[in-house]
Amino acid sequence: MSDESYGGIVRDGLWDNNVVFAQMLALCPTMAVTTSGTNGLGMGLATTAVLVVSNILVAAIRNFVSAQVRIPVFVVLIATLVTLVDMVLNAWLHDLYKVLGLFIALIVVNCAILGRAEAFASRSAVLPSTIDGLAMGLGFTFALTFVGLIREFLGSGTLFNQASQLLGPAFAFLEMRPLPDYGGALLMILPPGGFAVLGFILAGKRVLENRRKARAVPVVTAPQGA
Amino acid sequence: MTLAELRDRLPYQPLSLGIVALLASAALSVAYSATKEHIAAAELHDMQMSLAQVLPTGFTDNDLLADTLTLTGPKGQPLKIHVAKKAGTATGAVFQVAERGYAGDIVVLMAVDAQGTVLGARVLKHTETPGLGDKIDIAKAPWIESFAGKSLAEPAPERWGVKKDSGVFDQFAGATITPRAVVKAVKGGLDFFTAHRAEILGEKTS
Repeated sequence: MSDESYGGIVRDGLWDNNVVFAQMLALCPTMAVTTSGTNGLGMGLATTAVLVVSNILVAAIRNFVSAQVRIPVFVVLIATLVTLVDMVLNAWLHDLYKVLGLFIALIVVNCAILGRAEAFASRSAVLPSTIDGLAMGLGFTFALTFVGLIREFLGSGTLFNQASQLLGPAFAFLEMRPLPDYGGALLMILPPGGFAVLGFILAGKRVLENRRKARAVPVVTAPQGA
Repeated sequence: MTLAELRDRLPYQPLSLGIVALLASAALSVAYSATKEHIAAAELHDMQMSLAQVLPTGFTDNDLLADTLTLTGPKGQPLKIHVAKKAGTATGAVFQVAERGYAGDIVVLMAVDAQGTVLGARVLKHTETPGLGDKIDIAKAPWIESFAGKSLAEPAPERWGVKKDSGVFDQFAGATITPRAVVKAVKGGLDFFTAHRAEILGEKTS
């Protein structure tokens, strides 16, 4: 955890404490849905919506919930929220639901949401919790889309395939086929490809951070924390 | 007594949890009754769309969703059959068949005309491997359209298979089980239609 300023919360969510790349949470949806960039994006956005609302609710009732029953209370809240989103999408945004329906049920088992409720929202005010939910959700969306794009590119030679089904026809320009004659590498689409891609990304992130740390050593910094 | 003191008392725990659960159930039941009709309407619309996909335009003039009969399907399960009619005469039928694919059941909606020729077929639900087996889905590949115009006479029953099994239907590179299951499902549907033709088309005299 870095500082408590809004900028710090945002940086935490997007990079320093990214749900997938740093906290290593929510790996189940990460492996399951990132067979294409579009799927990753859809899952990420749906999760972000649930995460923001659950953080707001948890922060709002945090003073009334005792430490002993907080976990069941949060679980009930999150499950209710996800079910509500599922029903509302199914009723009024049925076309979107047909694309996202598979992901929505998976959000219930996303430990990142309970994790944020427990680690942040249950001990912070409503506004910082909202920002934390948004930042963590966007960080998760970024991670899923990134992993999805790499797997999709290596696995089937396309980028954002069927994005117009998720986002509407206006986004058809996102759909690309950089390797037209590429036969595809099935391994990347199957779960082992997900683990391999995630492993390389994590290693890359660590190299990047070690380099940055090494460069920062000569500079004398003020002691951090109290 | 302050909130902090109250919070640590034993009765507070079940009570607070109970209130949260009660509010959550209330919210869910309100949402359920508010969305129920919309969801049913959306699903009905979906069914109409897929019925329209397997039937040629102008083939029927009746309400397929209303003209149904239920028979015992090829696997002993109740099977709902939508009867297509034109000017009061039964001209064909639309029904679902399912077969186990590589990863779970593949549900196919197929339309058959009165002579037992496939008018069209669409995969409604499947969990096949993305990028390999999902070519049975019309959104990914036009393969499923190869069933239109086929019957038990053309090709001959033993040629109802994928090319690897010396049949007439293409298989996919790296996925044979999936198209094999779809071919088997559609053939099973035709066998079923042939066996119950009179019943379905209402030609039974008894």
